[in-house]
Amino acid sequence: MSPRRKILRKVSAPPPIKGFKPFGGDKSGSDHSESIVLSFEEYEAMRLCDYEMLNHHSASVAMGVSRPTFTRIYASVRKKVARAFVEAKKISIEGGKIYYDSDWYNCSGCRCIFNNPDKDKAVEHCPLCGNNAVNQLYDDDQSTRKRQRKCRDTRFGSYSKCESKDQFQKPHI
Amino acid sequence: MKTAIASTGNTLESKVDRRFGRCSYFVIYDDESGSMDFTPNPYKDDEEGAGPAAVQLVVSKQANQIVSGEFGIKIKPLLDSQRIRMIVIQEEDKKISEVIELLNHKKSK
Repeated sequence: MSPRRKILRKVSAPPPIKGFKPFGGDKSGSDHSESIVLSFEEYEAMRLCDYEMLNHHSASVAMGVSRPTFTRIYASVRKKVARAFVEAKKISIEGGKIYYDSDWYNCSGCRCIFNNPDKDKAVEHCPLCGNNAVNQLYDDDQSTRKRQRKCRDTRFGSYSKCESKDQFQKPHI
Repeated sequence: MKTAIASTGNTLESKVDRRFGRCSYFVIYDDESGSMDFTPNPYKDDEEGAGPAAVQLVVSKQANQIVSGEFGIKIKPLLDSQRIRMIVIQEEDKKISEVIELLNHKKSK
């Protein structure tokens, strides 16, 4: 039986480099040594958790996967990075079941909607009519919303008690 | 910058197609040289996978952005990973000539 299909993971931007190479030491730099392959989703998990300092719950929402799945991805990346450090292995970042996310804007001049695939550049004018009146559209990712609606859970719904009520967020399943 | 426009026909008077994958023609417009290229869409009548195939075609033409009335659900992740911008036209019945005029307007500024 084939395994269950993986849900696409949302990655905000690809990593700026393709990998890392150890230096110093005997084994360093030898191109023949095998490298440890991190997938893009693992890179994103580490970025969200250890660079953006999000907790697993918010990071899982950002990637559009469940909290347990996120934790598994994160556990896997820590294991791999630690192994690469200890065994002086190269790290290459490639592959993975992902899609890139981009922001959407609308233009009041020609009433078109467009997205910005290049996150590094800010959007100043409409790519179609050159008008400066552009607004960013803030909208939750539709597929995430749909999934959240689908599993409107009964387990954490009405009877969840949390001491710090303001900070409590309903677990994302 | 090259722009691909989904078109219903192969003249300037044709309208922008509401569907990207199954439009009749792609207009590849280069706003630097002003060159225009009408390419018939070979995937027009495909039952499945017309969108991703059309994306491949547009990528091979080196377009940086695509103008269409709508984009299918399979297209967005592909275009995001290829760094191609999507422009969704809200008004119906916009002519190809009008779109090109808009694109030129930006250049003259």
